[in-house]
Amino acid sequence: MMETVTTGDFGAGRGVSITEPVMEVRDLRMSYGSRAVLTGVDFTARRGEVLVLLGPNGAGKSTTIEILEGFRRRSGGTVRVLGEDPERGTEAWRARLGVVLQSWRDHGKWRVRELLGHLGGYYTAYSTPVRTRPWQVDDLLEVVGLTGSADIRIGKLSGGQRRRLDVAIGIVGRPDLLFLDEPTVGFDPEARREFHDLVHRLTDVDDTTVLLTTHDLDEAEKLADRILILAGGRIIADGSADALSLRVAGEAEVRWNHSGQRFVHTDTDATSFVRKLFEQHGEEITDLEVRRSSLEETYMRLVRDAEGEA
Amino acid sequence: MRGHLLRSGLTRGVIELRQTLTNGTDLFGYVLTPVLLIGLLFLIRDKTVPGSEISLGAYSLVSSLAMLLVLGALTSTAQYLTMDREDGTLLRAKATPNGMVGYLIGKIVLIVGATAVSCVAALVPGWFVVDGLRLDVTGALTLLWLAPLALLAIMPTGAMLGAFFNNARTAAVLMLPVTGLTAISGIFYPLAMLPGWLQGVAQAFPMYWLGLGLRSSFLPDSLAAAEVSGSWRLLEAAGVLILWSVVGLALAPGVLRRMASRESGSAVAARRERAMSRAV
Repeated sequence: MMETVTTGDFGAGRGVSITEPVMEVRDLRMSYGSRAVLTGVDFTARRGEVLVLLGPNGAGKSTTIEILEGFRRRSGGTVRVLGEDPERGTEAWRARLGVVLQSWRDHGKWRVRELLGHLGGYYTAYSTPVRTRPWQVDDLLEVVGLTGSADIRIGKLSGGQRRRLDVAIGIVGRPDLLFLDEPTVGFDPEARREFHDLVHRLTDVDDTTVLLTTHDLDEAEKLADRILILAGGRIIADGSADALSLRVAGEAEVRWNHSGQRFVHTDTDATSFVRKLFEQHGEEITDLEVRRSSLEETYMRLVRDAEGEA
Repeated sequence: MRGHLLRSGLTRGVIELRQTLTNGTDLFGYVLTPVLLIGLLFLIRDKTVPGSEISLGAYSLVSSLAMLLVLGALTSTAQYLTMDREDGTLLRAKATPNGMVGYLIGKIVLIVGATAVSCVAALVPGWFVVDGLRLDVTGALTLLWLAPLALLAIMPTGAMLGAFFNNARTAAVLMLPVTGLTAISGIFYPLAMLPGWLQGVAQAFPMYWLGLGLRSSFLPDSLAAAEVSGSWRLLEAAGVLILWSVVGLALAPGVLRRMASRESGSAVAARRERAMSRAV
């Protein structure tokens, strides 16, 4: 199910050569004592791609991200992030990464603008003609929707605002690669929508590569160029949401109205079923709906199968 | 780039210093010890150091600056480090290019600044309560090398202790050894009045030597007679403090690097969960 890797040929002049993937993970293994968490993870990310990493709790999503971020030593395998081994990443390498973790509570006494200005300062030395670093504080506040809270003490922000700040800090250095660990927990629907727009903006305008974990499958479907499902210590599925649902034996649900009654039928070959339906009843059929299995069903199915094997 | 980084670190320290000095709770903490101290000085204002004409109040005021400095440089350093590890500040520094260097510079500025504030808060009002303090050029020159050297001797140890504690609350137990050290380091009465073996213990630690140096700066030379060997042993003081600095600076980077390398998102999250379950 691995897709062939073709790197985009736009955005020249960046640090990573055109042909090189932004992330390359081969046979990544990780054990805590005798407990193996990752037993051979493989995947690749191209520039400007949004990868969504799904998986049950405890499957090793955070462990994987922490290894890629250079915060955790792996037990085995090869990992290349922006051309370097994260365990030996330099400060210049670090400057090209953005990190949004699950729970930050830091810098509670600082004011929003103050902290963004301060942290942005560390990136000035790594500014390039193609990518000016850091992001101007006022623009950044605008982009994440915190303009009105610029002078508020961080400890006083609401949960959703705090999360926006975390995202702002994650992108203040205008990263080439951004890690987002459950970024929208605590967001209301509007904030979630704004966040999705922001991610699209980052990938479209800045050509940022994004690796994101979430438990929200709608979010995954909306954002992902590619979905990776991590279960049983390895990647059990890798592809677009569409490709994944095709993989689950293409069962689809057909609903229609006939003489005032509602009918539901599940079939592996929905197209021929619908054809027959029209041959039989013609115009009497109204309100026809065909739904391929949703990402949620696909996900549940794939994870259950993988856990059954293990 | 070096210059830029240094500026970032200094700015960081100044911002955090301003935050702590405009925060009611923190401010109360800085002022409480000096206020208690002044109260004590007032009570003993008529007493003199045994075997001399010098007021015990003057002796204690000057010596207790050593205690305040150790409290700041050792206990606060350890507590700040534990706190910053607990809430993710340290991890944030790690996720930022050169962030750890900026963090350390900032912390040094903060701790030196806050310690200076609490020493001044004790010294200035105390000067009016007790008799017999003086400061001449030699004394001032002594302070110029003594105070930085003392901070250098103590802060690395404080940072290392901070690496060993898992949360800020347990780090507060550091108050106990510091209080114990205060009791045996000749802060409120001359060291010579203690049994010989205790004198030996006290002289292994920086607090006694710092106190000694401070007394030589602020008190008349006649008081040297009340010291252990009857003189200001400034050379020995410098020697002991330099030894502590060298050992501390040799060990601290390794210990801190080890501590920092263990920091990750899940480590912070786990600590947060423990903190939450304690709160319930």
